[in-house]
Amino acid sequence: MTHSIIVHTTLNSQEIEFLCEPRQSLLEVLREGLGLTGAKQACNNGNCGACSVILDGVLVNACLVLAVEVEGKSITTIEGIGGPGGLHPLQEEFLKQAALQCGICTPGFIVAAKVLLDQNSRPSEIEVRRWLAGNLCRCTGYDKIVRAVLAAAERMAETPLEVQA
Amino acid sequence: MNDFDYVAVISIPEAVQRLSGAGSGGRVLAGGTDLIVQLRAGKIRPSLLVDIKGIPELTTVEYSPEKGLVIGAAVPCLGLCRESALIEHYPGLLDAVSLIGGVQIQGRATLGGNLCNASPAADSIPALIVHRAACLIAGPDGRRQVPVEQFCIAPGQTILQPGEFLVSLHLPPPPAGFGAAYLRFIPRNEMDIAVTGAAAALRLDPPTASGPPRIAWAHAALSAVAPTPLDVPEVGEYLAGKPATNEHLAEAARIAQAAVRPIADMRGSLEQRRHLAGVLVRRAFEKALQRARA
Amino acid sequence: MSDKQTPIKDFQVIGTSPLRPDAVDKVTGRALFGDDVRLPGMLYGVVLRSPHSHARILSIDTRKAEALPGVFGAVTAADLPSFTDAGAYQRYQAENALANQKALYYGHPVAAVAAINPHIAQEALGLIDVTYEILPVILDVRQAMAEDAPILLDDLRTHEAGSRSDHSSNVASHEQTSCGDLELGFSQAAFIVEREFHTSTVHQGYIEPQNATAQAHEDGQITIWCSTQGAFGVRDQVAEILRVPVSHIRVIPMEIGGGFGGKNNVYLEPLAALLSRKCAHRPVKMIMGYDEVLAATGPTSASYIKVKIGAAADGRLIAAQAVLCYAAGAYPGSPVTSGMDCIFAPYKIPHVQIDGYDVVVNKPRTASYRAPGGTNANFAGEVVIDELCEKLGMDPLEFRLLNGVQTGDRKADGMPLPVIGFHEVIQAAQQTPQLSAPLEGPYRGRGVACGYWGNYGGTSSASASVNADGAISLVEGSVDLGSGRVAIAMQLAEAMELPYQDIQTVVGDTATVGYTEGTYGSRATFATGWAVYELAQSLKGQLCERAALLWDVEPDQVGYGKGAFTNRVSAESMSLRALASHMDETGGPVVASASVHPSKEGPAFGVHIADVEVDPETGKVSVLRYTAVQDVGKAIHPIYVEGQIQGGVAQGIGWGMNEEYVYDEQGRLLNASLLDYRLPTSLDLPMIETVLVEVPNPGHPYGVRGVGEMPIVPPPAALANAIYRAVGVRMQILPMSPPRILEALWEKERN
Repeated sequence: MTHSIIVHTTLNSQEIEFLCEPRQSLLEVLREGLGLTGAKQACNNGNCGACSVILDGVLVNACLVLAVEVEGKSITTIEGIGGPGGLHPLQEEFLKQAALQCGICTPGFIVAAKVLLDQNSRPSEIEVRRWLAGNLCRCTGYDKIVRAVLAAAERMAETPLEVQA
Repeated sequence: MNDFDYVAVISIPEAVQRLSGAGSGGRVLAGGTDLIVQLRAGKIRPSLLVDIKGIPELTTVEYSPEKGLVIGAAVPCLGLCRESALIEHYPGLLDAVSLIGGVQIQGRATLGGNLCNASPAADSIPALIVHRAACLIAGPDGRRQVPVEQFCIAPGQTILQPGEFLVSLHLPPPPAGFGAAYLRFIPRNEMDIAVTGAAAALRLDPPTASGPPRIAWAHAALSAVAPTPLDVPEVGEYLAGKPATNEHLAEAARIAQAAVRPIADMRGSLEQRRHLAGVLVRRAFEKALQRARA
Repeated sequence: MSDKQTPIKDFQVIGTSPLRPDAVDKVTGRALFGDDVRLPGMLYGVVLRSPHSHARILSIDTRKAEALPGVFGAVTAADLPSFTDAGAYQRYQAENALANQKALYYGHPVAAVAAINPHIAQEALGLIDVTYEILPVILDVRQAMAEDAPILLDDLRTHEAGSRSDHSSNVASHEQTSCGDLELGFSQAAFIVEREFHTSTVHQGYIEPQNATAQAHEDGQITIWCSTQGAFGVRDQVAEILRVPVSHIRVIPMEIGGGFGGKNNVYLEPLAALLSRKCAHRPVKMIMGYDEVLAATGPTSASYIKVKIGAAADGRLIAAQAVLCYAAGAYPGSPVTSGMDCIFAPYKIPHVQIDGYDVVVNKPRTASYRAPGGTNANFAGEVVIDELCEKLGMDPLEFRLLNGVQTGDRKADGMPLPVIGFHEVIQAAQQTPQLSAPLEGPYRGRGVACGYWGNYGGTSSASASVNADGAISLVEGSVDLGSGRVAIAMQLAEAMELPYQDIQTVVGDTATVGYTEGTYGSRATFATGWAVYELAQSLKGQLCERAALLWDVEPDQVGYGKGAFTNRVSAESMSLRALASHMDETGGPVVASASVHPSKEGPAFGVHIADVEVDPETGKVSVLRYTAVQDVGKAIHPIYVEGQIQGGVAQGIGWGMNEEYVYDEQGRLLNASLLDYRLPTSLDLPMIETVLVEVPNPGHPYGVRGVGEMPIVPPPAALANAIYRAVGVRMQILPMSPPRILEALWEKERN
């Protein structure tokens, strides 16, 4: 590796540095180099959202970010959601509403939904569906995922929302 | 992916120097949502990626009623969708920008990148054409401006010379009575490349006491119906000076249909694209008209 | 094996919806799927695939690739054992893993290399020299059946009525089912509808690509970690392909990111094992790119189906005929016989003839896809039935009540149906809110379709031991695709009369649990549920004996109920938890194992209702509302049963609306990505309403019927029937994508 680059970044609130080649995606470095396998290699081309992470507050596909690009930035992965205090309301509602079957898409959905709820605390059903259209699920038909996100929003906002069933 | 070097630059002269130094092996990296896909597929094998996201002029948006809109080439679509200037004055452009991929793509993909990728199906380019956008380019010989409709010369190819890159897009201020819209057809509701897309813009004469408003000028452009985004001046020529009635819009749609040169591929058939060109031009003008009247 | 069935009432655990054992790890990203495996010294393998869909392979030279720094080894079919003495099926298995002499589909594996990272491995592929002699391509099933069609497999002969033909053919088999007298039946029919249908190749679309990590140990043992629906199936297939004894292979199933039938066959497992042998016995990890998943795993059959159905003036069905031609891909084995089983299954028809053809074409070898063969057949049959209802002027659900099969009725193949709930499902469908909701507006329509799936039993094993704290540790052999593990644990809890929390469940691997067939055929909850029921009987019996020892009474003087043992002599009682702490002194550990092969699986019936809106200018169809009514036997974990139905419906909608393989004339797959192979997104689907009808299956102690496959069967037909009512065109081709809807509308205008 004649031109590996040292990258300094904040990952799940911890300042770290890692070594990588320019051609390695952020997804590859997370999974191979940093032991964070929550973001998944599925389509690996930006069409399924299974590798969703948060980069400086923005929802992105880690497979379409080169690891070298995160220099000086801040990343949150599924491993950084929920914490010592317990599960995030989204994680709890995904469990309660059975919004996962095989679970491979689940980290991506939870990361994506978290960014939605951080920006829009009272989304409508259509807003949830539109926001999550970049995350593919093949097991659930999305019904319980949408319900889980709306239920989490309701809990976090502590006011009832309407489900347009 | 093949092995390449990477450098993040913070000024235009530095970017030009690095790109020129790499000869034909240098590529600009902005959002990466097209570039990284192509790298992974082995379609391109650069020796150097020049990351331009750190150059201030490329990541800012400025608007004034006198000068219009200047959009840095590396502003992500998500950022553009939140700019009040675009929301208020250029909703027709936002129509297109907001369609480029799902939320994850929107967080990285840029208007400049969509243009430089030069796909015949690019959503942003017809909208830029009808807004009469100009492209500001920097290179070893300095800066130059090119009207956006001349920017793409073939599928995947632009007029950029070695060492050159897109700095920003300039859109003139919309005059009174202006309205624009972009619509596209995709088989799902999200995530697809346009089967056909149509941008329409028009300017209405000041309203008179009675009758439908009169069109001062109009402009239509289409995506995915020709090797490059298709400007259809015949539509503007026909509609200029005419009242904005359903009949005239329908005829404008037919003129657009006659002008398209689509191919059949896995995303659409020939007849479907030709047919959709007419439907979408008509619908885009209806939406543009609504905005012009508001 | 016990034949008794527990009366279905007063369940304590069954019918509740507890948390799955694997759920928290899955919402936190900690769960380990196949590609999450990391081993010291691990290498990365990638596959070189044929760019031609039909070609003779003249030579392969991997030397330059092997010389690239960072590459540790390369393999081709030359590294496989010889199969000259093997049967055709075994040869096809090996050839599908690594092409030998012929590439039969675009993407057919030709070689594989392993290197220190995937980038170098990918570069190495570009250094492998292969020379091909390109052969004529056959993609369409009817063209493949023609007399002069180019032949794919020189040794393939047509199996027909118990004998083999004497000349080579692309038709692997022709089967026929018949009863009654077809000609007589049609002569008595007042209304006859006859139509032809085409369905395109579609893929299961699991989000997780195939993956495998293999370690070929120096002593000849092989360990494989992979995402699979069946660890024992992988072991059997790898043993066949590498020609090693099954006991030399250990397969450890990781969590799996979707299967739907497509992850029963091996693809990467034997290659990873071969590479590990070649690369100084280092572990080798392989994962497919999604283009490889689509091009070269196991989609389901494209098909051509002709259907003709006749009814009397009073609406009774009299005669039905179908010809089903299913494309098997490069090697025989399409699900045409299941399609034959499904096509008229919901109806009592006295005169029936069904012909099915299994045909090879230059596409990847098909694999099962959720109710394999059923959706294609159901689309054809239910669209024709809908047209008949229109001609008869009958309400579609009343028609199904009149003609629908009931318990004891015989299918076309003569087999009597066991206890089924089709009429209950129809009646429930008639009561659904959707059916009575007004659907107003132009270009909107409502369609119904019903469906059947037979389900499957199969072999399952499990073992359990009682812990000193009274909890039961269960090792079960069924890979969990998303709800099986919890449903199996719940059945053990129910049988033990213990709380669900007292069962600790793990999925075993081939070394730690008895032989268990894969999680397919909607069988895990059914068959492995039977296995844990048997386990419970054994555990309870043993524990009663231990209590008897402690109380110094005879075992038959000890009663058990609701987690407590009772001394019938003294009326003393002791909880299971308390008894468990005495295992040591009463004889040692209490363990049990069970292997079952139940045969009384219960078929499932469903009725689906779809509301659509069509944009006549663009051909775009929006699904406004959808209800799926299904007989689920007994819903062990109801919320997951709902989830299974919703997932199957979503796949069926994708199949009906936008999913298809697009090939060019050379047989290259053009849309090998999730950009252009269009799975439904969250914005493409409405909420999916489910109605669970429970007609318990008496062939299972808790009334379980398979639920997972049935729901993918009716959606394309329900949508087609809705589109007809919306815009007056009867679609006969899948998917019913916008350009095809436009074509149909233009055709209608011309006539």
